[in-house]
Amino acid sequence: MTRPLVHGPPARREDAALLSGRGCFVDDLQLPGMLHAAVLRSPHAHGDIVELDVSQAAALPGVVAVLTAADFGGSMPRIPIRLQPFDGLERMLQTPLAEGKVRYVGEPVAMVVAQDRYVAEDALECIMLDIAPQPAVIDADAALADDTILHAAAGSNVACRYTVARGTPADAMARAVYRRTARFRSHRHTALPLETRGLVAEWTAADRARLWGAAKVTYFNRDALAAAFGLAPEALELIELDVGGSFGVRGELYPEDYLVLLAARRLGRPVKWIEDRREHLAATNHSRDVVCEVTLGLDAEGRFLAMTGTVHADLGAYIRTNAAVVASRAAQFLPGPYRIEHAEFDVAMLMTSKTPVGTLRGPGRVEANFFRERLIDMIATDIGMDPIDLRRRNLLTAADMPYAIGRLVPNEGPGEYDGGDYLAGLDGLLEAFGWEERRALQGREIEGRRHGIGVGCFVESSGGRSPETARLSVRADGRVALDIGVCAVGQGVQSTMAVIAGEALGIDPARVDVRHGTTSLLPSGGGTFHARSVVIGGACVVAAAGRLKAEAVRLAALRLNRSEADLVWQDGSVCQAAEEDGTGAVLDLAQLSAIATELGQELQVLEVHHPKATTYSYGAHAAHVAVDPATGFVEVLGYLALEDVGRAVMPQLVHGQAIGAAVQGLGEVFLEQIVHDAEGQLLTGSLADYLVPVATDFPAVDAITWERAASPSNPLGAKGAGEGGIIATAAAIGNAVSAALAPLGVSLTETLITPDVLRRAIRAAEAGEDPRKDET
Amino acid sequence: MSRAAPRTVTLTVNGRRCSADTEPRRTLGDFLRQELGLTGTHLGCEHGVCGACTVLLDGAPVRACLLFAVQAEGAEVVTIEGLTPPDGLSDLQQAFSAAHALQCGFCTPGFIVAADALLRETPDPDEETVRNALSGNICRCTGYLPIVEAVLATARNRRTEGAP
Amino acid sequence: MKPPVFDYCAPESLEEAIACLAEYDEDARPLAGGQSMVPMMALRLVSPAALVDLNGVHGLDSEALDPDSGALRLGAMLRTARLERSPLVARHQPLLAAAAPWIAHVAIRNRGTIGGSLSHADPAAELPAVAVALDARMRIAGPAGLREVPAAEFFFGLFETAVAPGEILTEIVFPKMPQGRHVALYELARRHGDFAMAGVALAFGGGPARVVGFGLTDRPVRLSEAEAALDAGAADFGSAGKELAASVAQAAAADVSALDLNDDLQASAAWRRDAAPVVAARAVAAARPTGGQP
Repeated sequence: MTRPLVHGPPARREDAALLSGRGCFVDDLQLPGMLHAAVLRSPHAHGDIVELDVSQAAALPGVVAVLTAADFGGSMPRIPIRLQPFDGLERMLQTPLAEGKVRYVGEPVAMVVAQDRYVAEDALECIMLDIAPQPAVIDADAALADDTILHAAAGSNVACRYTVARGTPADAMARAVYRRTARFRSHRHTALPLETRGLVAEWTAADRARLWGAAKVTYFNRDALAAAFGLAPEALELIELDVGGSFGVRGELYPEDYLVLLAARRLGRPVKWIEDRREHLAATNHSRDVVCEVTLGLDAEGRFLAMTGTVHADLGAYIRTNAAVVASRAAQFLPGPYRIEHAEFDVAMLMTSKTPVGTLRGPGRVEANFFRERLIDMIATDIGMDPIDLRRRNLLTAADMPYAIGRLVPNEGPGEYDGGDYLAGLDGLLEAFGWEERRALQGREIEGRRHGIGVGCFVESSGGRSPETARLSVRADGRVALDIGVCAVGQGVQSTMAVIAGEALGIDPARVDVRHGTTSLLPSGGGTFHARSVVIGGACVVAAAGRLKAEAVRLAALRLNRSEADLVWQDGSVCQAAEEDGTGAVLDLAQLSAIATELGQELQVLEVHHPKATTYSYGAHAAHVAVDPATGFVEVLGYLALEDVGRAVMPQLVHGQAIGAAVQGLGEVFLEQIVHDAEGQLLTGSLADYLVPVATDFPAVDAITWERAASPSNPLGAKGAGEGGIIATAAAIGNAVSAALAPLGVSLTETLITPDVLRRAIRAAEAGEDPRKDET
Repeated sequence: MSRAAPRTVTLTVNGRRCSADTEPRRTLGDFLRQELGLTGTHLGCEHGVCGACTVLLDGAPVRACLLFAVQAEGAEVVTIEGLTPPDGLSDLQQAFSAAHALQCGFCTPGFIVAADALLRETPDPDEETVRNALSGNICRCTGYLPIVEAVLATARNRRTEGAP
Repeated sequence: MKPPVFDYCAPESLEEAIACLAEYDEDARPLAGGQSMVPMMALRLVSPAALVDLNGVHGLDSEALDPDSGALRLGAMLRTARLERSPLVARHQPLLAAAAPWIAHVAIRNRGTIGGSLSHADPAAELPAVAVALDARMRIAGPAGLREVPAAEFFFGLFETAVAPGEILTEIVFPKMPQGRHVALYELARRHGDFAMAGVALAFGGGPARVVGFGLTDRPVRLSEAEAALDAGAADFGSAGKELAASVAQAAAADVSALDLNDDLQASAAWRRDAAPVVAARAVAAARPTGGQP
């Protein structure tokens, strides 16, 4: 029985289908004659392929083909870099199948295509794969040692190394009356969208193909895949279906995109590959494996003078499409939301025998915020200053804006924070969190548990300068079609874009039909990354709406024989500018569409929007924890994330993103960890080992969205909103847990907090191992 | 005939009697999706952890990935499709939408099935009961707070409407 | 992650089930709730030649009180969810009812069975420890007939029990609780419903104490020093519960120092060594009287 809710905001247009099981995710797609693929993956972290015999598998009833590297005809494509193609990285690219050598557990070696996935998996067990193991390179330090080199032609495991600076850091650091250096590490984990990756490929002619299951950056992937298969870009259609979460990892180019296209072409039938969860944990991008040593210098008044440091990122066995972002943004955002005029960072991107790394919600920022915010708390303890006071003394305010941040990323021009009052953000957070009241509990033991509170402040970039494309068309019935190049990854982009278009045109968003998700809709498109959908996509829609309105006025002027200056657009219609007698002609959208049709035209505009500046959201997180020193268990009693996003187009969706991100961030800290052993074997190959938050874990989370500092660089005033909830979670929790255990001498330097980690930290402190041994 | 060979399974799904041939090793989840075309039941892990494949078996929520289709012989199975009214959404589904308790929606059918079963057995749950009952379902988008809110709101509304 | 090929038998009687198992020598496995075995098959960690499905076997899901001895007899195919809800179980063996909510999640408990959990013998599972704490007797049927094994002798190690290939655990007999018995179960797990990193099931008063650790070693393990401490102080539980918990913790620390503790992704052996006494003390603090039975 259907009963309406008594109250409630309008539903997303995406919801009805998803709630009733009528969504169409890629595994829901069935095509006539479709075959099913399974991928044979390396069981070794590093070694030479001595033998690969697929004959027995190929002979299994139901198996149609087994593809190996030879099926690429002598030269396999390399998966290209999409973002930040720094010099040197191009030596470490991955081919769709391993060629002679495997470099991580999970690397594709062959693909079986069969009538059925069950049979395909049977066939995997019949493939003879003999690998002569080589030593594994298990972390950044091992990579730097270069004892074992993963890419022989490169001659080193260092894929890329650079130094960036602003100001005169050496001089400024020399002036500091207090300096502190500490070494931090952010652990490896992954995004784990609930839907694994999946693809269906079909060739409709010798030179035309379709690929379903694309997401995030469909146009870039189309161009790369088309090039690899010798197709014209428009001859390859990438189609996005419902997408069960991305968080950065889904939708990038992976080996399987090439493999399913190759298999479908060779067999002349559609081929489906659905990643299973065990594959997912080994094959889909990991992230956040960064070691950082950072020094902060202060003057006698506690002002930050200079920051220097090294960022060593373990990027796994190959450089994937956006791997460098993790390292480069970790360095760029080390100074964060503070007034630090002088900075210098040495960045090294390192190859190890582990799954390749890519971006994960808040890439580089989560890491940088943890490193810096922990260091600030350590310093506050050292110099006997309240950590909030120390931050307040150094946070940027409205008076500092715009604030030049120099060139902390190679190949990018000088940047500037575009506005906001970062100090006010912290103050707003503390007030809403009840910081002063909770402060009474700081470090206290109550019923065996030690209480701690902590904060983390942040600033983060979003948008960037990549272009976006949108088309607005008015249909005969007066409805408006919006075609847009951004992608849906579950964030409600259709609803949001409809609201933006409706607002810009002055019509009910319900009259806007949003289409996206296939590369055949538009000649080009950007996609969904760097929190750019609203910032850039939304701006593109507003610009398109402006042109559509002008075009409508032009058509109306023609029809009414009036000057365009006499006509105005109002609420989805063209009216006379001055309706003195109240009888001015009004043409609605349906009529305007008819006029265009009579003239042999369409009332339609295509807009390619080139954004001019990056936007910067900012905010802060606060956490209140109770730690049981006897067991190492932590309860999060309170968690609040505040972010100023400039403009929240759909506030409920922004709030949902914020609290969802915060819980994901708490999961990263307390539960989620990818573990490899000394041989590089992956130990977290199932969801029994790789733990994510469930409904009982973090009930006390909330978020506040501010719309105070509108971005000056786009008409909506919007800044990125999907990452602010996760971006300082490790920082705030690290500080809160360290504060709780400070009476025991514990000071955390790694992002992961488990009962085992805390037990070790407490025991080390008890044993008198100097927790401040990193101090200079 | 080999005991591994396909055999006919007859069961009631969403109130309709269905028969189909299936290999014994085919899971109920694959059977529902592939043989019966009921793709609302999602497979998120296939090893019984994520809960996306939750269906009702003789009225009780179970993992469709941990049951072989042949084991459902004679049973009554209800999937998300069966919990969706023909003319729209149930009050629980509407509450999910109103509370923004879904983002990507992949986990959602499993949550609806689990929450539906909870509310039928416990019409007046407190927050802890809801969280416990849903702790076998993973959501990566929402952080669970809106989901819990949607289930509690549904219980509240049913009480209000059921009151004299 | 699709299971490998297997032969499927769905017997309706125990005799038939045993005959099915016999056909495959050692390569057939009984299928109870499937909540542990099916994931292992999906991961292709096990590939039995045949599954003998016990779900349709008549009489394996009974629950009955023996009128003479007062023992509770539970069929091996009784679902975990039933342990949680059965008034008979709650009244006569409340530790079983108390343990059930700790086990996984609702959907798993709706399928998982007591016999399946005991036969699977995951060292971090609750029911094996509870069976040992309650001095349960396992009734095992096989080609040679029926035999009975005390819970304390049932668990051989990781996933290994006294049930030989070709045999089926059919019934678990829980002897009548002595008057004045107190019971409790407490565990620490990474998340609600996860296998225990360290857990303790205990029973004391009205007879010799039982303190059984789980998640600590390769099987449920009796902590004899802790049992002695409980025996010594059981009479003072009501008046000096805190002191008793502390002395049990101290004794448990001595117990675990002699054990070869598990070391895995969720907890190191060192963590278990430190946490087990804390868990034991909390179990003591959580102990409740079992109430007057006829």
